[in-house]
Amino acid sequence: MSNAIESLGSLWGPLLVLGQIGLFTLVLLLSIAFLLLLDRKIWAGVMMRKGPNVVGPFGLFQSFADFGKFLLKEIVIPAGANKFVFIFAPILTCTLAFTAWAAIPVAPGTDTGTTWVISNLNVGVLYLFAISSLGVYGIIMGGWASNSKYPFLGALRSAAQMVSYEVSIGFVIVTVVLLVGSMNLSDIVNNQDGGIQNWHAFSFQNFPLIIVMMPMFVIFFISALAETNRPPFDLPEAESELVAGYQVEYGSTPYLLFMLGEYLNIVLMCAMMTVLFLGGWHGPVALGADVTASLPPLLLSLAGLFWFMLKILFFFFLFGMVKAIVPRYRYDQLMRLGWKIFLPTSLAAVLVVAGYVTYFGVQS
Amino acid sequence: MALIAFGLIAAIVILSAMFVIVARNPVHSVLWLILAFFSSAGLLVLIGAEFLAMLLIVVYVGAVAVLFLFVVMMLDVDFVELKQGTLRYWPFALLVGLIFLGELALVWLASDQLTFDSFNPSPGAATNAEAIGSVMYTQYLLLFQLAGIVLLVAMIGAIVLTLRHRPHVRRQDVGKQTGRRRADAFELKDPTPGQGV
Repeated sequence: MSNAIESLGSLWGPLLVLGQIGLFTLVLLLSIAFLLLLDRKIWAGVMMRKGPNVVGPFGLFQSFADFGKFLLKEIVIPAGANKFVFIFAPILTCTLAFTAWAAIPVAPGTDTGTTWVISNLNVGVLYLFAISSLGVYGIIMGGWASNSKYPFLGALRSAAQMVSYEVSIGFVIVTVVLLVGSMNLSDIVNNQDGGIQNWHAFSFQNFPLIIVMMPMFVIFFISALAETNRPPFDLPEAESELVAGYQVEYGSTPYLLFMLGEYLNIVLMCAMMTVLFLGGWHGPVALGADVTASLPPLLLSLAGLFWFMLKILFFFFLFGMVKAIVPRYRYDQLMRLGWKIFLPTSLAAVLVVAGYVTYFGVQS
Repeated sequence: MALIAFGLIAAIVILSAMFVIVARNPVHSVLWLILAFFSSAGLLVLIGAEFLAMLLIVVYVGAVAVLFLFVVMMLDVDFVELKQGTLRYWPFALLVGLIFLGELALVWLASDQLTFDSFNPSPGAATNAEAIGSVMYTQYLLLFQLAGIVLLVAMIGAIVLTLRHRPHVRRQDVGKQTGRRRADAFELKDPTPGQGV
């Protein structure tokens, strides 16, 4: 192995990154296939239906059947549509959704101080924020290029909604960054080690702050629902008003890309909540230093990966439950919630946390 | 390696900036502008100013350009007609461009720091964000706050310009809506058959 690395020389670094990217893409695509099924099963379960159950045992291969169907259908481009932008929009959505994963740390590395992450950016939080703020372009471009009324209205609604909720997401992120003192996602996760009481959602080590951080966690969750256009905030595709919003004119592979991007963004939001508030790869109970020293480091890394995935799954379950049990918001209610409730609350929270950090310091 | 990346990204910036002007469709212009912003962020990453790069994307691409796109998409202006007379202005445009170029050249000649290799994105601090923060909140605190006040005034101005209190408009009263109870909304009747309520 080490001989092989040496013979590759300077090529080794780029090749390693390429391999990591390939691995992330593969794992993400496969998980999306089953998460999609999970989403539909949860929805069906709440409504006392069976959900998809024909393709494979328990309908396990439903997503793969859908995938084949989408790929084999003809791509229909509406007359008067702006062809290039029409095709480019779903590609952009999907690419951006994958790109964001480059900065997500999934597990502790086998050497101390390292992380399993493609790129350990110093400004990781900002990177995620920037990429997710770009996501709105796929929707606007798709809606505009369709040259049709419903998609355009849906796209405008969606853009306004995403821009509004990004503001409160930004402020919530600032509170976490203030607590940690770093924008590096690995640092943020490492700041939460030592058991469930140290996770930022609870932050017992800075005790009074739980009054602020817990609501921030909830605000982030609700804003994430709005940011990913999920029910109860799926107004862009409110089928009772806009047929299917910005994706009315889309079918076959372009539609598949839109849907893939949407679900990738949902999982990304789940991962962000895990990293920022629920301790990332840390388990709920801290192992002692002597225990961790006696275990092989690879096992610890895999355990970290397990916790990380479990937490993402937990959030995805919440997303699915919200979709099943909460009725859709009206548009003015949505805007009121974003601008008149979340924005002032999160702004006040930034002030409180900043004041706390300045006058009392942070215990970590 | 870095030089190749620089050349590539710089070429994209210049080309997309050119297409902003050349494109016939204004929406395409804005999309090219977005590409130019995005690639400039890539240039900032190359010199190590990653914080600035991310801010450029968040602020300009994520917010300002979205508003541009909104406005351009919704305007019902015949842009072809609007562009008819633009050729008349080219001497003026040339003059502005030349002044700009001259200023850039002056800065480049006057400063010995602006070479690609010797540029230090985070002087005296561990990260770019820290360096910018410490300079902004100590050395230039007054200017920074003045800029904030200018933005605040602009915001209030925009609200004053667009806020109109129109009478006879039915508005949603959220308190009233959420305060509604079951008893206010409906009552149960037991009508006898053939008589109705």
